[in-house]
Amino acid sequence: MTPPPETAVKRRPLLARPVEGLGRLLTNFLSEFGAHLLLLFRTLRSCCWPPFRIRLTLRQMEIFGFNSIPVVLITGGFTGAVLALQTFTSFKRFNAETMIGGVIAVTLLRELGPVLTGLIVAGRAGSAMAAEIGTMNVTEQIDALNVLATDPVNYLVVPRFLAGTVMMPMLSTLFSAIGMVGSYVISVSVLGTNPVTYMRQMWWFIEGEDIYTGLIKACVFGVIISIVGSYQGFITQGGAEGVGRSTTRAVVLASTFILIFNYILTALLL
Amino acid sequence: MAVGITITDLHKSFGANHVLRGVDLSVEQGESLVVIGGSGSGKSVLIKHIIGLLKPDRGSIEVNGQEVTTMAERELKELRKKFGMLFQAAALFDSLTVGENVAFPLVEHTRARRSEIAERVRETLTLVGLPDTEHLYPAELSGGMKKRVGLARALAMEPEVILYDEPTTGLDPIMADAINDLIVEMRERLAITSIAITHDMVSAYKIGHRLAMLYQGEIIFTGTPQECKNTDDPMVRQFITGSSVGPITSV
Repeated sequence: MTPPPETAVKRRPLLARPVEGLGRLLTNFLSEFGAHLLLLFRTLRSCCWPPFRIRLTLRQMEIFGFNSIPVVLITGGFTGAVLALQTFTSFKRFNAETMIGGVIAVTLLRELGPVLTGLIVAGRAGSAMAAEIGTMNVTEQIDALNVLATDPVNYLVVPRFLAGTVMMPMLSTLFSAIGMVGSYVISVSVLGTNPVTYMRQMWWFIEGEDIYTGLIKACVFGVIISIVGSYQGFITQGGAEGVGRSTTRAVVLASTFILIFNYILTALLL
Repeated sequence: MAVGITITDLHKSFGANHVLRGVDLSVEQGESLVVIGGSGSGKSVLIKHIIGLLKPDRGSIEVNGQEVTTMAERELKELRKKFGMLFQAAALFDSLTVGENVAFPLVEHTRARRSEIAERVRETLTLVGLPDTEHLYPAELSGGMKKRVGLARALAMEPEVILYDEPTTGLDPIMADAINDLIVEMRERLAITSIAITHDMVSAYKIGHRLAMLYQGEIIFTGTPQECKNTDDPMVRQFITGSSVGPITSV
């Protein structure tokens, strides 16, 4: 006779529970990641086949890119300004204040531009994607698309994916540019750096590699935001509460993936 | 040509919940079948299988002799062009206007010119009794109007089969009757095969040539509305008279 489940639980080795939990966490993460990859492959395949939805894509570009400009300008400008303050005080300790223009530019182009833009846009556009597709899902609009013989991936995901991939590098560039302006303004007007030295240092410092690694990162983050946002929308269940949950998950997951992939890409691209 | 549908031994579980336990049902060409049953009896699940939105665990569904359950996505897409479906809450695309909603399948699947599509949209909206509403958004419509627009969208492609998911649920009795009239009109005028699921008996008697009752994942009764009214089956009797006393217990 098999023992009742209570005794079975008691007899398990001490570490079983935490190891089991860790294993479950890992398998959950991997299957979730795999599901996102599958959606990405379906999206890529669907990109190559008609119908090509130019109007919808432009509309998504407006939502994803154009509407994100104000928040990117504000964050970028202040990030640059803070960097100027921080870098100036630390660099002053070994009389390297003249270098700050270059250092800040490289920091922005390679790291802060793509990563901070990615995190901001994940909060803005990624959550909106999850909420919109999630609402369509719980109100049977996704079923309706299927019944009307229209592929939801082609109709909903492809335009968002293209918009994300194209607009993220642009937003990231804008972030870095406005960040440089912010740091220049603070360095010159508040910290009294010589404007000519600042600019010369900056141009001398920046290399082509700094620019393109930043753009590649931004592109990948655009893919992450659009795919995670769409996927979370598609798996939404259970009414308004479900939509809220998916929206949160989309932001958390996209941000996590962005930070993980930022490390991987940095290691690969260095 | 209208379409006949045969369902044999259909099973579907969601986790531990065994929703469909061997459904056998057939609909002839041009026939209007109404599936009745309580909430949670699996009516919606059944209808979603017919159009391939859900895959069964076991069993077969044949539409015009073609097996639906094993179809590839591309074949399903072709099959779905013959179907129209009215969803419970209409499922209109809320980012599109009424006109764009009705035009949606035409824009997607035909090469018709814009003027032809506009003309067809106008005709279809007139047919469901909502002329000159093209420019409105779904959020501006009442529940009954949404259902009519949903019906117009389902009819736009001149389908051979229409599936109605609770066409009268959530409507006032007069609006419900108007929708019933509309469904009967579609049935008579366009000779479309139709399957409706409902728990509204007034509607079921009115729109169905034949009624089938789904209970605990199986079809326990089929017959004409008259046979349904005269049946001795205690479960059917309890359901059609709407009594809480009987073999069916509300959980």
